[in-house]
Amino acid sequence: MTLLLTVFAAVITTAVWYFKAHDKKLMVGRLCLMYWGASLMWTVDAVAEYMELKEEFFTPAAADMLNDAFLGAAVVALGLVIWLAMLLIKDPKHVLRNTFIRN
Amino acid sequence: MACFTATLVEAVAVTIAKTVVKKKEKERETALMQSGKTIEEKTAAPRIKLSEKLSWLNMMLWGGSVLLLFEHVWHGEVVPWFPFLTAASSPESTQTMLHEIMTVGVGMTVLVTAVWAVMVLAADLIAGRSEEPSEEVTA
Repeated sequence: MTLLLTVFAAVITTAVWYFKAHDKKLMVGRLCLMYWGASLMWTVDAVAEYMELKEEFFTPAAADMLNDAFLGAAVVALGLVIWLAMLLIKDPKHVLRNTFIRN
Repeated sequence: MACFTATLVEAVAVTIAKTVVKKKEKERETALMQSGKTIEEKTAAPRIKLSEKLSWLNMMLWGGSVLLLFEHVWHGEVVPWFPFLTAASSPESTQTMLHEIMTVGVGMTVLVTAVWAVMVLAADLIAGRSEEPSEEVTA
């Protein structure tokens, strides 16, 4: 579930990056790469787990699935928070700078 | 257990490489400007800089490592006190952890780097294609 949710986040952010490619100031590309990096890493993890568990890998317990889904949502949220922090620190549209200099 | 450490090590190495490459690119650009070369000579350089390409790999490695670190904290495998990795508390579990780093961790770095290499090849192909003069269509 963590892998699935991260892949969904990666696909959605890639679509956003594609349609907003002209606006580099949004730095969506960085968010895409972050999610794709994590997705690839969890893919390897999933393959290793499959080699160990075989068929059991596809029939996880409901409690494990719920915990993994919760973790996946938390991972997506953390990615968004990191991206937002990068955006505010870099402040490419000088929104923060203008706000604090004027006041 | 601690598979993300392999990608973290590569992330640090790529960050250092990117910094060095960027510095060299800046020096080359400055030298080119000072020598007063023509626009054609200046634009003969590749469209996508190596430092830019390295920053893609850097972002994938750092981003992935941080999110995986979070997962390990979630599962209680990374703790804020020494030795930080719960698997490092006994020699047996340390052995298992090292085995996981050498297999899963190295696998992760190889896959991420391979995907990045494909991305770089595709980007170069696309950039090269856009530089080719377009054929005139006659009606």
